[in-house]
Amino acid sequence: MAKYDKKWEKEVLKIADGVRMRVFQFTVEQNGGYLSQACSSAETFGALYHGLMKLPKIDKPLLPDPWQGVPGPNNPVHTGIKFNSGGKEGYDRFIMSPAQYALVVYAVLIETGRMDESGMEAYNKDGGSVEMIGAEHSPGMEVTTGSLGQGISQASGIAMAYKLKKKKGKIFTFLSDGECQSGEFWEAIQAASFHKLDNMIMVIDRNGCQCDGLMKPVMGIEPFDERFRSFGCECVRIKGHKPLALAEALATPHRGKPLVVITDTSPYHGLTFLKERSPKFHYVRFTDPKQREEYRKIYEEMKKERA
Amino acid sequence: MEILKRVHANNLVKWAKDKPEVLVLSADLTSSCEADSFRDTYPDRFFSMGIAEQNMLAFAGGLAREGFVPYVHTFAVFIYRRALDQIAMSVAYPNLPVKMIGFLPGVTTPGGATHQAIEDTAIMRSLPNMTVLEVGDATEVENVLDLAYKIPGPVYVWMLRGELPRIFNTPMEFKKPRKLSEGKDLVIVSAGLCTEEMLRTTKVFKDNGVDVAMYHVSTLKPFDYPESMKDIKESKYGVITLENHTIIGGLGTCIAESMAEEGIGKKLYRVGINDVFLHGASRPYLMKEYGIDVHALLQTAEKAIGKTLKYTEDDLGEVFIPALHSDAKPEAL
Repeated sequence: MAKYDKKWEKEVLKIADGVRMRVFQFTVEQNGGYLSQACSSAETFGALYHGLMKLPKIDKPLLPDPWQGVPGPNNPVHTGIKFNSGGKEGYDRFIMSPAQYALVVYAVLIETGRMDESGMEAYNKDGGSVEMIGAEHSPGMEVTTGSLGQGISQASGIAMAYKLKKKKGKIFTFLSDGECQSGEFWEAIQAASFHKLDNMIMVIDRNGCQCDGLMKPVMGIEPFDERFRSFGCECVRIKGHKPLALAEALATPHRGKPLVVITDTSPYHGLTFLKERSPKFHYVRFTDPKQREEYRKIYEEMKKERA
Repeated sequence: MEILKRVHANNLVKWAKDKPEVLVLSADLTSSCEADSFRDTYPDRFFSMGIAEQNMLAFAGGLAREGFVPYVHTFAVFIYRRALDQIAMSVAYPNLPVKMIGFLPGVTTPGGATHQAIEDTAIMRSLPNMTVLEVGDATEVENVLDLAYKIPGPVYVWMLRGELPRIFNTPMEFKKPRKLSEGKDLVIVSAGLCTEEMLRTTKVFKDNGVDVAMYHVSTLKPFDYPESMKDIKESKYGVITLENHTIIGGLGTCIAESMAEEGIGKKLYRVGINDVFLHGASRPYLMKEYGIDVHALLQTAEKAIGKTLKYTEDDLGEVFIPALHSDAKPEAL
């Protein structure tokens, strides 16, 4: 654990702040966006990309590829893996299950020096790969997810392939709590545990929100951690936004079992003014130009403070 | 007629022997889908996934991304009805080599509407990157694994099991229909086990002086058959399609689309399951009841040529109907 100390945590918190600011900026510029997701997960993504996942160093920040067409008989698969492990032996894989968090991934890639800032010029633009809801061709994305519940199954298949080929490296999957309502998700947890896929690490952003509002009245999922344990996983539940706690949780021994880390987070962490939107956090949309202007002002002030 | 038992079970073990990248995934129907011998021979390449098809299909996508070729085994309905989104996003979109082996096509099971696959071609052929194959006899059951293996993307197979006749002595080929007879009056195009019914009419047409060109199709997607189109164009009475599938979106629809694109102004008669669900009963009963047997075909032919065909039951060729209870199947489904 020596590697993960107060200094490291400070670095992660700085990355997380940068992530939040970038997503905030794009939300204002694009007249809406998945901002709460950045608030709840920025520290998690920051910690994962700043050491918790074993990724090769990237000397010079990479640029996203232009759109290369959908996969087909005459067009091979193009993925955003070059921003992660690059498919290199011995490194970890990263499966981003809720593709709605794509902007958060792009932001963390920039903040950790893996993607060039100018790559965001292609964000949400026709003919680019930096899509609003990313897919496998988008930076940092390795599979097509976003039809919620499928990321974990694909990750399990990859984890099984690693076992069969005796490949080193863990399969990290980032998940949001809402998708854990789906049947397929529990089918996958059941199978990952049955097949003893202990090279699987799942980090779940438990921000308690989904499209219709707060999860509790839509479809409650508690006792969430107990569910995983009863399915045969090792599960650690921690307070979110604390990089050191996440590092410690990921060090939990889990021989023969997949490891699940639930991070209890807030959808307005770091941007407390968003609280007034409760219970609607899924997508920040501006009701009128005035509100957008207010947000812009907050953003400019926050930027000035950081200058 | 040569009748074979557990053709797929034996062939799968033999064929997969030197292919360590070939895996089998099963959803609690391992012996019912004749994957039991594979499981027992290569336990390290067999994965029991439980009654959880959505995970199984996306899991297969993950394995395929890492260089494996998963052959997913379960009843056809549980593949395309239960896991369609997973097939679309985790398998078909990335064009991954997942081979879906779907058992119990249409009338082959008395298991009722829950078990009878009647609209799989319609659904699977509409997915980009997907190939759809259908087997009609023991020979094609033996050939289809390798055929599917050589196609780089996802493949959906209508599979047969249990006791099967050997009708064909030449190998099944990708994108190549079998032309079983020449004729200028009428064209009949059939697929799967319906081809047996089609072949039963050979003597009747001959005795009545009707010249029929017969085709057996095993590649339902991609569908591009210029020779059959030429025959239809030059035929006197047009074409009849015969399929163990709803008439919407299956073989009949494929032919209709090709004819329209070619501008062929001939009559098309689609003999198939007429936009209804089936129910639990024996294969001969279902084929008669839902109008996809030899009699339905001959009645349609009479309509097409505008005259009554003279024949007795004795004029119809033999057909093999497997017993409902047989030691070639683990249950009577």
